[in-house]
Amino acid sequence: MNSLGELERSVMDLLWANSESLSAYDLQAALASPESSGRELAATTVLTVLSRLEKKNFVVREREVRPHRYRAASVRAEHMADLMHEVLGGANDRTAVLERFVGQVTNEEAETLRRILAGR
Amino acid sequence: MVAAAITLGLIAILLAWPLPALLAGATWAYRRPTLGLLVWQLVALVGGFSMIVSLVLLGAATFATDLPDAATGMWRFVTHNELPEGSSVWSLLALSGALFLTAHLLLNLLVTVVYAERERARHSQLITLLSEPMSDRPGTRVINTPAPVAYCLPGALTSITVLSAGLLQLLDEEELQAVIEHERAHVRLRHDIVLIFFTAWKVSLPWLPTARNASREVALLLEMHADDNALVHVGRGSLARAITIVSEGGALPQRSELSSAMPESTPKELRARLLRLA
Repeated sequence: MNSLGELERSVMDLLWANSESLSAYDLQAALASPESSGRELAATTVLTVLSRLEKKNFVVREREVRPHRYRAASVRAEHMADLMHEVLGGANDRTAVLERFVGQVTNEEAETLRRILAGR
Repeated sequence: MVAAAITLGLIAILLAWPLPALLAGATWAYRRPTLGLLVWQLVALVGGFSMIVSLVLLGAATFATDLPDAATGMWRFVTHNELPEGSSVWSLLALSGALFLTAHLLLNLLVTVVYAERERARHSQLITLLSEPMSDRPGTRVINTPAPVAYCLPGALTSITVLSAGLLQLLDEEELQAVIEHERAHVRLRHDIVLIFFTAWKVSLPWLPTARNASREVALLLEMHADDNALVHVGRGSLARAITIVSEGGALPQRSELSSAMPESTPKELRARLLRLA
């Protein structure tokens, strides 16, 4: 089990759920609550996860305040859209992908496929 | 040596166009995808090899009578900067051509592999953050999207199979098993390695229609190969239904590689897959 990855996911879920930025201590407390991961983590662990996420551009660090505060770089839906974009192909043209997302196979072709299946 | 060069050149030409044209869409290959894949790999390998060796022989023919002689001549050119006796601008041209082609193919392979590896790492990072692990199926994760999506992300150390919540809702237990076994076959049989060679070939020679067709055809045969492996575990009906349901839902179960790696399966190819299950 990739526990570091799961930890990153828990942190991102918290940041995505909060419109305001959070400090590492806020996150540490929230992660310990039963509705999140329910894990008691060292502050350094949380900071390590945050800096990893920052390096990968998922998290933005606000350095003007002390302690530093963190927020999600973009909303969850946007990352999800990126992912689906990749999964459904057409890496170059975003609109073509969204179109394909609705109708990968035309109705007529779908009908042919159904006939093939029904005929077996 | 000239005769050998010409023979190899003819083989290269034969393997670059007429033979692959016959091979594409061949029904015997669809019936036996393993054999089909083997033949395609031989075509690519022998084709590239005979092209390069033919150029080398042609270039060396003017100053050498046999291969060791040719090798000595070329080695002296590299170490002593001495042109072998009898060499002409044509021999240099042919030899540089061979050198260029070799370097071009190898560099493109390297770039393709590095690029795919980077894409894979990025995608796997996104998947880690956006999907939940399935508790009863190790290595399988679920993304919360209504579109029926199933694909795998093969990796050197760990491979992830990704299913969508929409897919889980649409498929019954055996259809789901069919999808999972199909993806597991891709991972287990390292289809990604076969595919990356053909992708690199396509990237290296974009002007050669054969390279493009070959990577499409190989992708399709890999799907059929995975289908056949899924059939060991599930019935034909379940697999055919799973393929149809997912393709109608706007996503394709056979899209099991990242966008650049696997060409979009056209309905024609879908039909070919379904017909062999009928």
